[in-house]
Amino acid sequence: MSQNPASTSGTDPIITMRKVEKHYQNFHALRDVNLDVRRGEVIAIIGPSGSGKSTLIRCINRLETISSGEIVVDGAKVEEGKNLAFVRAEVGMVFQQFNLFPHMSVLRNVAIAPIRVRGIPKAEAEKRARQLLERVGLSDHVDKYPDQLSGGQQQRVAIARALAMEPLVLLFDEPTSALDPEMVGEVLDVMQSLAATGVTMLVVTHEMGFARRVADRVVFMEAGQIIEQGAPNDLFDNPQTDRARAFLSAIMHGD
Amino acid sequence: MDLITTFFNIDVLRQAAPLLLRGFWLTILLGLTSLVISLSLGLVVVLIRLYAPKPIRFLAIAYIDLFRALPLLVLLILVYYALPFVGIRLSSFWAATAALSLVASAYMAETFRAGIEAVPRGQFEAAQTLGFSWPRMMADIILPQAMRLVVPPTTGVSIGLIKDTALASVVAMPDLLKQATQTQAFYANPSPLVGAALLYLILLLPLVRLVSVLEARQKRSR
Ligand SMILES: Nc1ncnc2c1ncn2[C@@H]1O[C@H](COP(=O)(O)OP(=O)(O)OP(=O)(O)O)[C@@H](O)[C@H]1O
Ligand SMILES: [Mg+2]
Repeated sequence: MSQNPASTSGTDPIITMRKVEKHYQNFHALRDVNLDVRRGEVIAIIGPSGSGKSTLIRCINRLETISSGEIVVDGAKVEEGKNLAFVRAEVGMVFQQFNLFPHMSVLRNVAIAPIRVRGIPKAEAEKRARQLLERVGLSDHVDKYPDQLSGGQQQRVAIARALAMEPLVLLFDEPTSALDPEMVGEVLDVMQSLAATGVTMLVVTHEMGFARRVADRVVFMEAGQIIEQGAPNDLFDNPQTDRARAFLSAIMHGD
Repeated sequence: MDLITTFFNIDVLRQAAPLLLRGFWLTILLGLTSLVISLSLGLVVVLIRLYAPKPIRFLAIAYIDLFRALPLLVLLILVYYALPFVGIRLSSFWAATAALSLVASAYMAETFRAGIEAVPRGQFEAAQTLGFSWPRMMADIILPQAMRLVVPPTTGVSIGLIKDTALASVVAMPDLLKQATQTQAFYANPSPLVGAALLYLILLLPLVRLVSVLEARQKRSR
């Protein structure tokens, strides 16, 4: 990767969430969420189904609007208007269902946003797209269409597509949950190598092994709240709250 | 024997041919003009219907409902015979084009809506998270997928439109049907009508077949 977000590192957070509340009609999905994400940090977000993990990261790029509180990304408040374009361009996202553009080739999928959003010339964008696809191990598939690829390959294209915008932050919402078990590893490997280059990442995941290996910090959520957070070894081996302990022991003893 | 001289009278057909072909050409021209206008108008209307602020959105809904409810023949006669009272005088060709385009665009809009609504939410979200502006997202990501989905029903609406061009003969437009009825009266022989029917079939049968093929292909690729 040409630019390395970690190189501009400091202790200043790249994302700040302050007193964030989120309601879906009557349902209280996020309660007083406060979170600082430092540049280059890799955060794993874990917690039971329905605890608000997806909602939290989707508020960061305003796929969901918050009810109150404040989210700031790289100095720009996340709100409707001019800031939104900036935030969307700086924050990449990888979805559980890949969401590749089915009517475009793999190469086009990766090159289209830099061309249309950043205004980069087509030849240059495609050259860079090829480099990114090589980096995720898909050099031989650039001319294929998404439906000709396996799930693991599609998700790697989706990661390359997000990287093509050179985002400061990458959000992952259960990137391996829709994959056949034998393909989970190839996607996690790509994510691990990304983490090593200093990209800031927020990863909602059920892959506890990955969280332990790769994350700098693990955030445990339940019922819309951040219950506990800490370094992976501390949180996994020595949880401080009953709820985190109950959740972890439940998943350790097989679903 | 008698049947042939009555319905397929070669002499009459030969003499009527230039007029019939002229009418055929006008029918095609009317159909194509209305098609282009109704496709463009339908796209504009559906985008307003789905994405404009509330009050304007209701206008689009009213437009769509109105022109799907109003019989085309009534609309055509209104445009041709009533509008002159308020000073709007359209030639028979443009009166027919206007009526056909208004009605067909309402159906096109509904067809397009089904297509846009069938594009998964994740496609919108992926485009938004990559920073696409709304117009770019629609043009590059959403509409290409939506339009692909609705090619068969859109072709169906187009066939209906081309058939309905025959109504233009009511406002004295010398289209295929009008030429046929006039030459039939002139020669006191129905062969021109049969000739006209055949020309309509030449135009429309391939399109009808095309819809079936496209539908079958789409079902297979699901
Ligand atoms: N659009 C919506 N309308 C109403 N309720 C919603 C909506 N989206 C999410 N919710 C509710 O908000 C809560 C949190 O949902 P969210 O998707 O953030 O959970 P999650 O932690 O990601 O769960 P999972 O592990 O199952 O993905 C859930 O109870 C869910 O039912
Ligand atoms: Mg979720």
